[in-house]
Amino acid sequence: MYDGGKIITGLVVFIGLVTFPLWSNVGKAAKKPDPKIDTPVIQQLPEKERKCIEPKALMQAEHMKILNDWRDAVVRDGNRIYVSSSGKSFNMSLQKECMNCHSNKKKFCDECHNYADVKPYCWTCHIEPKEKEKVAWASIEENS
Amino acid sequence: MGINRREFLKIAGISAVAGLGGTSAIDLLRRAPVEASQVSPNPKALTAKRWAMVVDTRKLTEADCKRMIEACHRIHNVPDIGTKQEVKWIWTEEYKHAFPDDMNEFVSDEVKHKPFLMLCNHCDQPACVRVCPTKATYKRADGIVMMDMHRCIGCRFCMAACPFGARSFNFGDPRPYVKEENPKYPTRMRGVVEKCTFCTERLAEGLMPACVEVSNGALIFGDLDDPNSEVRQALRSNYSIRRKPNLGTQPCVYYIV
Repeated sequence: MYDGGKIITGLVVFIGLVTFPLWSNVGKAAKKPDPKIDTPVIQQLPEKERKCIEPKALMQAEHMKILNDWRDAVVRDGNRIYVSSSGKSFNMSLQKECMNCHSNKKKFCDECHNYADVKPYCWTCHIEPKEKEKVAWASIEENS
Repeated sequence: MGINRREFLKIAGISAVAGLGGTSAIDLLRRAPVEASQVSPNPKALTAKRWAMVVDTRKLTEADCKRMIEACHRIHNVPDIGTKQEVKWIWTEEYKHAFPDDMNEFVSDEVKHKPFLMLCNHCDQPACVRVCPTKATYKRADGIVMMDMHRCIGCRFCMAACPFGARSFNFGDPRPYVKEENPKYPTRMRGVVEKCTFCTERLAEGLMPACVEVSNGALIFGDLDDPNSEVRQALRSNYSIRRKPNLGTQPCVYYIV
């Protein structure tokens, strides 16, 4: 083999570079996401009523579809009440209903979204709950 | 060895049937994820066949207008930018700018200098809806010309089409210009158009639009299709004008002068 030394060195360097992501991450598995639901609103609910609009497994798998359906129902059709499979009614609103219970966006939404590297653009318009301080918002009745 | 023509055609036929009908058969057999859920309008919602507003300019002062503008812009998180890139849902205008079709050389001093309250006219034949390429702007069954901010691509055709200047474009992120965010209503993002929505979110909860609520009776809001509604009574007993009626967009905001 002509230039055997160069070829073999080149191959070793090449394989080393190509497999870099594999060996550089050995033993450094990303932390499993651990979304929290321990917000004050949820904790105040009695144990039996501590349920989301639909069963947990369905919410985990389908929440993005449900939110899309809600958006179209509210904006396009003016339907704002959702009757869940358990027969309870909910106001279809991300800011007023979902985030009322799940006021911990960082530990509830971002935990999994960051892990899965999905970047939903809800919050460019919708206002995320203030997680530290509560801002009192005066209603028009008071100011008029 | 090999297969004869008959066998080949059989296999090809079965494959074609499986390929065409297979996915729909699987979908039918699988249970739909959210089977029992239903959606419905809020029973408390105010409804009408054709929402309209009557502005009684005789009762309106500059302070009244300011109060209404503030109420609207505060609850809808409308940014206060203050340059040429301003965003407005409701604003005031002089008579000559509001009603440029009025050819009279002389008008009364009172009308000449009075502020006129301007907002989206929620036209019956809205030009903005006709030009919107994504159907982000559309007309609801109750006459409200509504926007779906999720769909707006910021092409600004609607702004060019609207003869009333009722639409504003977000040239930049509006958030830094919103003084006090109302956590119950979203803001907008860079690159979308926005305008008055006749407070659809308040009507859905059984509340009157914000400007009407703080107007002390100077604004009347109701159903134009109902002959006994407040707006129809006001229009029956007073002479009223509309902005640029010759364009044929049939505005649903009437002004009593």
